[in-house]
Order: sequence, then structure tokens, then C-alpha cells
Amino acid sequence: MRGNMLELKNICFSAEDSSKEIEILKNVSVKIEERFVAVTGPNGSGKSTLAKIVAGILKPDSGQILLDGVDITDLSITERANMGISFAFQQPVRFKGILVKDLLSIALGKDATMAEICEMLSEVGLCARDYVNREVNGSLSGGELKRIEIAMIMARKTKVSIFDEPEAGIDLWSFQNLIRVFEKMYAATNGSILIISHQERILNIADKIILLADGEIRQIGTKDEIMPALLGSGQPCRTLTDKL
Amino acid sequence: MDAIQQSLLEQVAGLHEIPAGAYNIRANGQMAGRNTTANIDIVSKEDRSGIDIRIKPGTKKESVHIPVVLSQSGLKESVYNDFFVGEDCDVTIIAGCGIHNGGDAASEHSGIHRFFIDKNAKVRYVEKHYGSGDGLGERVMNPTTEIHLAEGASLEMETVQIKGIDSTKRVTKAEVAAGASLVIHEKIMTHGKQYAETDFVVNMEGEDSSVNLVSRSVAKERSSQLFKSRIIGNSRCQGHSECDAIIMDEASVSAIPELTANNIDANLIHEAAIGKIAGEQLIKLMTLGLTEKEAEEQIVNGFLK
Repeated sequence: MRGNMLELKNICFSAEDSSKEIEILKNVSVKIEERFVAVTGPNGSGKSTLAKIVAGILKPDSGQILLDGVDITDLSITERANMGISFAFQQPVRFKGILVKDLLSIALGKDATMAEICEMLSEVGLCARDYVNREVNGSLSGGELKRIEIAMIMARKTKVSIFDEPEAGIDLWSFQNLIRVFEKMYAATNGSILIISHQERILNIADKIILLADGEIRQIGTKDEIMPALLGSGQPCRTLTDKL
Repeated sequence: MDAIQQSLLEQVAGLHEIPAGAYNIRANGQMAGRNTTANIDIVSKEDRSGIDIRIKPGTKKESVHIPVVLSQSGLKESVYNDFFVGEDCDVTIIAGCGIHNGGDAASEHSGIHRFFIDKNAKVRYVEKHYGSGDGLGERVMNPTTEIHLAEGASLEMETVQIKGIDSTKRVTKAEVAAGASLVIHEKIMTHGKQYAETDFVVNMEGEDSSVNLVSRSVAKERSSQLFKSRIIGNSRCQGHSECDAIIMDEASVSAIPELTANNIDANLIHEAAIGKIAGEQLIKLMTLGLTEKEAEEQIVNGFLK
């Protein structure tokens, strides 16, 4: 099924590490037209960098980013957010004094009612009554923060929703539900979902998988095309995925 | 009372009309209204400016409002208010000072508040400071708070200074007896070239006394702040102080926490953190559609909430 089109053209990005220039992304070009696309690859392959470049958090050294044919390369994070890009952080951010309901209201773009908060939080298995007035600080566990982060992205219902390793920091029970959350999002919205993941079960529900390694796209294809190579090459390692 | 004074009153005491219960309203150095109740008496001092507030033992669920407003440019005053709270009381005291200075001379209010809180009494004390007016004259406030907590008594103090005070030096001294507890929440925001200084000295005199000082502040533009806290544990006690500041633009903040334990069972902790708004916080809110400026406001408002 076709989604909104996100296109990356010749994206290069390098960063400095102890005064040495390291190429993180090397001339990456890809068209993302499918509704559910997963990006996978070993640690350090440039997956998160790619996602941050799409959201506008990082600026590429060269190359272009197009959303539905519009060049968004020079647009700010805010402009991209308002054009329809959402980004769920791998490590959710903590805020002293800001309440769960404040954050959800910002995500929704208006003061969220209790019914709306209940709707949003129940999607990720949290009871609104227990969380609505909690501060988004260290008193919430990593897993709780992660679920709130995902709830915010779901609430925005944007053209493109990017999730950077949504499974990281989520317990087993939540993981089962996480898959269901994505399946539901897929069915209930028209937006595209772009997930960075190491998880076989997430890759299994993707329309297309992009395999990134060493800053370059190694392979793009359906799960049937990609998975054997991935599992054969030990990336991600079978023993590890079974344990997760 | 004129419109400017009414608006100041609303800012510092949240009062739109005459409050319920006991009150004493001071406007431009004069008494502008007073009410006493069967349990709460307010008497003007004879030797100097100020009032004595006497609350009968066992008084529960009553409140006292004592707001001060200044709208006359160049007025300088020192006011001495003493609170005598009887045993087993459970009361709320709401003070506050608003200065509107539309002239070129400095206006200054120094409130010296002393609290004598008797055994097992419970007091909530709220104090708000606010300044307005576009005159060149400075708005200066120097509150001094002296707290004497008898055995088993408790005081919870909330002090807020969010806007418009050019210079403030806030001194708070406390003596805490056995089983008594003191909690102070301070919130300060300075901007322009404002200066705010906070100085806490708490003596923990009795066994199982406790104190918790929490200060959150935001310093914007070219303003500066100094936070000093001294907790002295003279017996088995729990003491904690925390200074958490966000610094922006070209502002400066100093935090000087000091702990002294004179008893082996004194358990004292201090925490101080000063830093700019975390970049990832701004980025997170921007990915939700806020501009950088809006994100900054959300973070600061939440922090000072």
C-alpha cells in the first residue's frame, strides 16, 4: 500500500570523533513509499543518524530530503513537525515540573481532556488516572517514559511517524503490545511508519526493510528477501533476539 | 483603593474582593482594611510600624491574609509583623507584596516577619512578590523571615517571586525544636538586570527535627542570583537543601550550600545544580510542533510551577 513519500537523495553526514572525521552516512539515497518501513543494521551503522536527519535534528553535509515532493532539507525541526513528521526518541527526555497531561496536550496541539488522555494512554497500556498528573521526570521508569513517548506520536497522527528503537527499554509484556500498537496504527491511520529496529518480530510486520551497514544501504526488500540474509549473517543474532 | 492597588492585590494575594477570615491590608504605608475573628486577633504595634497577629491555641482551618501594596513612587518602608501561633493550630497565612513604580524614585519594602509557632501547631505560609510599572525607579524588596518552631510544630513556606522586582535580598532564619519540621519551597525568576539573593540559615536544635529547603530558579537576560543556605545540625536530625537553577542568555547564578554537623546523628544533604535548558528538551518539544521560543517557555513554566 502506498503511503506518503519520503525521499532521501545522496545524503552524506560526518561527525568528528577525537579530531578525526568519521563518515556516518555515505551518499545514502532511498525512496520510502510503503506504509510500514523498517530500518535495521548493526549498531553504529547510521540508523539513528538517518532518522534524525529526516526529523531535522541533524543537518546533512550534503544531499536532499523530500516529503511528498517538497524539499524540506533546509526546514527547521518545528516546520517539519508541522508538515507532518513525528519522531519518537530512543531515549525519552525527562522534564522537571512538566506533567504527563501537559506533554500529551502539546502533542495533541490543544488542551487534552481526560477522555482524550485516557484514549492516548490506554493505547500503550497505561491507566490515565495513575499518570495524568505525574511529572515527566525521574519518578517514571524508562519503560513508562517510552510508552508515553509512543502515545504522543500516535496522538499526532502525522504523515510520517518515525520510531527510533521503540523496543529499547520496554519489557516483555509491553513488547507484545508494542507490536499490536503498530499494527493498529497501520490499520487506523493513513500515515507512514518508519521504524528503526533490531527486532525480528517488528521486521516481520514491515512492508519493506532497509538494511544499513557502515553508513551505506546494503539491501532493500521485503522481509522474505532480507530476513534470510540477516539471520544468516547473524545480524541480528538469533540467540539475542530470542532472549529479548 | 485605586485600580493599580487592586491589580497588585490580585497578583500577590489572588484577591478579587475582601477575603474571608482575618486580614490586614496595607496600602502605601497605611492600613487599608482589617478584620479579626474570634480566634485570630490583629493589633497594630505601638513602637514601630507593623502588626502582631495572635492565633488562639487549637484554631483549625482558618486563614490570615496580610497583603502589602505600594503604588507611590519613592516610598520606602520597613514593616515588622509578628505571628504568635498557639498550640495545636492548623492555619494558613498568606502574605505578599506588590510594588507598582511608575516614577523615577526607588520604592522599597522591607518586611520583617517573625513566627513563633507553638507545640504541634501546623502552619502553611505563602508569600508572593510582584512588581510592575515602567518608571525608572527601582522596585526593591528585602524580606526577612525568622522562624521559631516549638516541639512537634511544622511550617511549610512557599515563596514566589516571578516578575518585576529589581533587587531583593531575602533572609530566612529558623530554629527547629525536637520533632518539628520546616519545609521551604522557593521559586524565583529574574530578568533584565535584576538581582536576587537568598540566604537561609537553619539551626536544627532538637532530636528528630527536619528541614527541607527547595529552591528552583530561572535567571534570564543579564540578571544575577545568589543562593546561600546553611544547615546546622546540633542533634539527631534530617536536613536537606536543594538549589536547582536554569540559566539563560548572559545571566549568572551562584549557589553556596553549607552544612555543619555537630552531632554524630545529624544527617545532612545538599544538592545544587545550575545549567542551561537541556538541548534535548528543546528538541523534543520542537518535534511536537513548538517553536524554540515556545518550547523554552513551556520548560521554564513547568520548572517554576
